[in-house]
Amino acid sequence: MTARFEGIDFYDVDALLSEEERMVRDTVRSWVEDRVLPVIGKAYVDRRFPKELIPEIGELGMLGANLPEEYGCAGLGNVAYGLIMQELERGDSGIRSFASVQGALVMYPIHAFGSEEQRAEWLPKLAAGEKIGCFGLTEPDYGSNPAGMITTARRRDGGWVLNGAKMWITNGSMADVAVVWAQTGQAGDARGIRGFVVPTNAPGFSARDQKGKLSLLASDTSELVLEDVELPDSALMPGSSGLRSPLMCLTQARYGIAWGAVGAAMACFHEAARYAGERVMFDGPIAGKQIQQVRIADMLTSITQGQLLCLRLGRLKDESKMTPQQVSLAKRANVDMACNVAREARRLLGANGILAEYSAMRHMANLESVYTYEGTHDIHSLVLGQAVTGLAAF
Amino acid sequence: MNIAVCIKRVPDTGTRIRIAETGDGVETDGVKYVMGPYDEFAVEAALQLAEAAEGGEVALLAYGPPATQEALRSGLAMGAHRAVLLAGEPTMDGWATARTLAAELSGWEADLVLFGVKAVDSDQQQVGPMVAELLGRPCATAVSSMDVSEGVATCRRVVEGGREVVEMTLPAAATITKGQYEPRYASLRGIMAAKRKPLEQKAAKEAAVELVVEALEYPPPRPPGRILGEGPAAAAELVRLLREEDKAI
Repeated sequence: MTARFEGIDFYDVDALLSEEERMVRDTVRSWVEDRVLPVIGKAYVDRRFPKELIPEIGELGMLGANLPEEYGCAGLGNVAYGLIMQELERGDSGIRSFASVQGALVMYPIHAFGSEEQRAEWLPKLAAGEKIGCFGLTEPDYGSNPAGMITTARRRDGGWVLNGAKMWITNGSMADVAVVWAQTGQAGDARGIRGFVVPTNAPGFSARDQKGKLSLLASDTSELVLEDVELPDSALMPGSSGLRSPLMCLTQARYGIAWGAVGAAMACFHEAARYAGERVMFDGPIAGKQIQQVRIADMLTSITQGQLLCLRLGRLKDESKMTPQQVSLAKRANVDMACNVAREARRLLGANGILAEYSAMRHMANLESVYTYEGTHDIHSLVLGQAVTGLAAF
Repeated sequence: MNIAVCIKRVPDTGTRIRIAETGDGVETDGVKYVMGPYDEFAVEAALQLAEAAEGGEVALLAYGPPATQEALRSGLAMGAHRAVLLAGEPTMDGWATARTLAAELSGWEADLVLFGVKAVDSDQQQVGPMVAELLGRPCATAVSSMDVSEGVATCRRVVEGGREVVEMTLPAAATITKGQYEPRYASLRGIMAAKRKPLEQKAAKEAAVELVVEALEYPPPRPPGRILGEGPAAAAELVRLLREEDKAI
């Protein structure tokens, strides 16, 4: 249906990438073109995550790609990692979410906070896609305010017992391992929150697919229930210390989301620009109509801004100078941008724009979830407001 | 088993070709270059042969401007072990290119020298067989699959109406076409590893050019479509034209 994708690069951003970064981007781009785009429309309509892609995602090294080679990861820089997220989300937010969760929310905390045994046991298998992970922080009543979580971890016989429920968990039903955050102290004590590596076959652990979604249909979204889940002491991630730890994971994931949003926007722009050139109305292609040219110019401008934002953020991350507030700005700005691009692309496509044969409406619906997850757009506004004024509004 | 694969840096197949103002070449500004798609089949074939032999080296050789390094790196990322770039400016003279490559390869100990069946820019299909001739080796062309056993390469070729199997004693050369070869993706670990693999660049000992391009022209514009009529009444005429004029059926 579509011509081979060559990216959107109005400002020659390519020239700012290293040869290796371009190669990584091109590899993932080809893979998405060959493997994801032919199947994703149907998978979405069938409400199915295309699990059959996981072995190749692992084999190519897309999972936890910025973690070290000694654990079977690709050891890439952060811009290359971001470009992977961009290209995966050009396919679908569900595919990128899978990789984000596995890499930034499961592999990253095991690497950053886990014991050497936990790293050696899980990281190589997670990198290869042989095992799947999920991340349990959000609860039905505690989303933007995770400090209040009610899931508890209590000491028993030298080990731990976990009780509680987690909601909106990507990969939840298909996961082999869950990184679960639980309160080890008094309710509401942010310092008491610790992370546990929980095998999903532990007695008392169950996952239920979230029914009734109208977004991220090609993604596994589940609810986790922990009912007297007994764990050995070694399940605790020794380096995890308070709410700060899961928030560090979310900073990693949000960083990838800022890039991913650019990919979704590129997909929509590419489709819309092409469609405009082919669709004839009033004796000429609609690409020649002023109203569509304004749309196209707006999309191009905001995608270019988003690209440059990500690239600068990535370079800061590589220099270990990136702040969580900078990540908030990029996640907030780029996902909002992508939502607008997807919606305008859908409108440009007219009635065809509501079909699964085209990608704009699928991206548009997906991006509404992306707008809300990993720190809602509104919470990121407050983070930035606090950064400027010094006053917390939440 | 040691295998050499000669690759060429060519414009990406999606490139819109514009003739340069001089009229004897193409505009190179803004053109994205890649490893020749048929050369990728040759690299894939070499990697599969080396894997089957459980050892040996796959070495890449290219003749081109310094930027050809990028195409060589992508071959290293696919899994080749080392690469050599003969820095120079190849022309449309396949004979000159073949002599330049053969001068280098004569110092290599390669059991097999593989090429893509053609470069997608010049489309001349000359260099592989010419290099084989210069090295005094047998050469199978347009090979769709091959294997090697006990010093003999068995090559399968698709020919009009059937399949041909040829055998060559090593050392030998072959040009590879698509057939069974699906070039592997360069894994991200492979891309990182490629940075550490040897890539030697040296000045090409360029052979004298004896063939030059005089002029390039765009193909004539396509004639406008014809409407033969409507409904079943037009079908007979459409079939007649497809059969007799276009010979499409």
